[in-house]
Amino acid sequence: MNDFLEIFIAKYNYWGFIIIMMIGLYAMIVKRNLVKKIIGMSIFQTAIILFYVSIGAKENATIPILQHSHAGSVQSAEAINYINPLPHVLMLTAIVVSVATLGVALALAIKIYQQYGTLEEDEIQTIINKT
Amino acid sequence: MSQHYPVLIIIIPLFAALLVVLAGWLKQERFCYLISVITLGSTIYASLGLFRQVLEQKQITYQLAGWAPPIGIEYRVDLLNALVLIVITVVAFLNLIAAKKKVESEFTNKTGTFYGLYLLFVAGLSGMTITGDVFNLYVLLEITALTGYAIIGMGKKHAPLAGLHYVLMGTIGASFYLLGIGYLYMATGSLNMTDLSKIIPHIQQSNVVLFALILCLIGLFIKMALFPLHAWLPNAYSYAPTAASGLIAALTTKVMIYVMIRLVLTVFSMDFSFSNPIINQLLVWVSIAAIVSGSVLALGQRQLTRMFTYIVVAEVGYMVGGFWLTNEIGITGAILHIINDAAMTLCLFLAAGNIIYKVKEDHFENLAGLVKKMPITITALIIGGLSIVGVPPTCGFFSKWYLIRGGIDAENYAFVAALIFSSLINMILFVRIIEIVYFKPALNADQSACWLKDKNSMEEAPFSMLLPLVISAATLIILGLYTNYFVTDIIQFVKSS
Repeated sequence: MNDFLEIFIAKYNYWGFIIIMMIGLYAMIVKRNLVKKIIGMSIFQTAIILFYVSIGAKENATIPILQHSHAGSVQSAEAINYINPLPHVLMLTAIVVSVATLGVALALAIKIYQQYGTLEEDEIQTIINKT
Repeated sequence: MSQHYPVLIIIIPLFAALLVVLAGWLKQERFCYLISVITLGSTIYASLGLFRQVLEQKQITYQLAGWAPPIGIEYRVDLLNALVLIVITVVAFLNLIAAKKKVESEFTNKTGTFYGLYLLFVAGLSGMTITGDVFNLYVLLEITALTGYAIIGMGKKHAPLAGLHYVLMGTIGASFYLLGIGYLYMATGSLNMTDLSKIIPHIQQSNVVLFALILCLIGLFIKMALFPLHAWLPNAYSYAPTAASGLIAALTTKVMIYVMIRLVLTVFSMDFSFSNPIINQLLVWVSIAAIVSGSVLALGQRQLTRMFTYIVVAEVGYMVGGFWLTNEIGITGAILHIINDAAMTLCLFLAAGNIIYKVKEDHFENLAGLVKKMPITITALIIGGLSIVGVPPTCGFFSKWYLIRGGIDAENYAFVAALIFSSLINMILFVRIIEIVYFKPALNADQSACWLKDKNSMEEAPFSMLLPLVISAATLIILGLYTNYFVTDIIQFVKSS
């Protein structure tokens, strides 16, 4: 039990992202309302963004901008003092992608609403079965 | 100029898409089609040029903006993706030619949007094929997927609903891939494929790398609709506008399989990816399930395009199974089948598109006696069908031959049995269609679609739709006759990786 707690606390960022991811997945699978499903999808993607941000972060580290000393010379830069910017930069792209996905999904939801007059999947299914 | 082909293949359609949308917005719709044809024509030229260069130099690398890898993004072309690029550009071009009349009849005021999405889709596919950077691949994957969702959403009947289901599934797939890349980056600190392939052999025991491989594969399996993750495909592809279904159905799954092959062979290296026999066996069994269930489900369909979509599900099983047999012949068969299956699917969907254009329906009862009306379309449809069944000298025979030989070599007789079973089912499927179009009496004029007024006159689709269909049907036979040429190139690639 103690070992487990230790792992749990030491790697809390991973637990956090997995829990959020599963909340999103749960919403996508279980919810019958299409907009709720879309929100679940957005949560799912956000969890992965959180994961990337957390693997770039370090304790006691700062943003990766070199500070010049008064004499104008550059202090020697030690990687341990700076967080890794690459995962964060990658996530800028991923955020753009997830916003675009959300936009397309909501646009499709509007079309579905215009077509069937509802966003509940069960009701849509009965309408489809009738025709 | 010719050294810039790798990047031009993506940049030209990307910017042309903007132009096309602009032209559509300014109500200059006749330019939309013209710009698209010129664009895709020039990408064919560039991909052929690339192939010639690759034959001489084995491998071409292109550094975007002059940043050297692993910091910069690199495009890398070798024999395999040069071939896949040709397939993508040619299929997209042929389908575009055929799309003109269908677009005119299906969308009245969305021409510009449609062609813009079409070009972006092609740019995304070629980008995925050519890129040498795993994160860049994710971005292009999403470009392809997003444009695909939008195109499918423009379709008929329940298309928006099918499109939304595809969005949800596709996003899960892409997210899993992204997560896999994240783990890979944690373990190696690199995103460049060549760089990764040098680092991974040193950390083969790492569970993180294994987990990364599994996550990436699950993501790609969702995207390529491997059974049982195929649920989104039949609806999405059968409700998609006919102008685009030839493009989307023929290329999306095949490019995903290419990405899987690239990741497994180049990035993770064969030694590592194939080192776990349980995974290999499991994936072959999953593909057997895909082949059998895809074929059986196809048997239950009463509608032409829907039947084809289930055939696509089965074909995905062929390629994944052949690849995970992990022997040279099986992998060769799988890669050869990427090329052949793209051509076969294109041929089938173009034929179905012609029929829908004329008859407005593709239920089996509407096809009765159609051979008198549309002899050329039906002939092409039957050639495509024979190729799916695997009758020599069509190309489907040769890739199936390699897959079966691979199965025998790996002593996996269940896979061989599944392939033969699927061939038999396909035989039944197409014999049934032949029976309907040749021997069933045509419906009365007032019962069937309006075009059946005069019983004996031909009512073929317009020339611009027939020509691509005839070319694609002829390609099936030509590809079959020149199989040898491709196989030596592919085997070279498999051996070198």
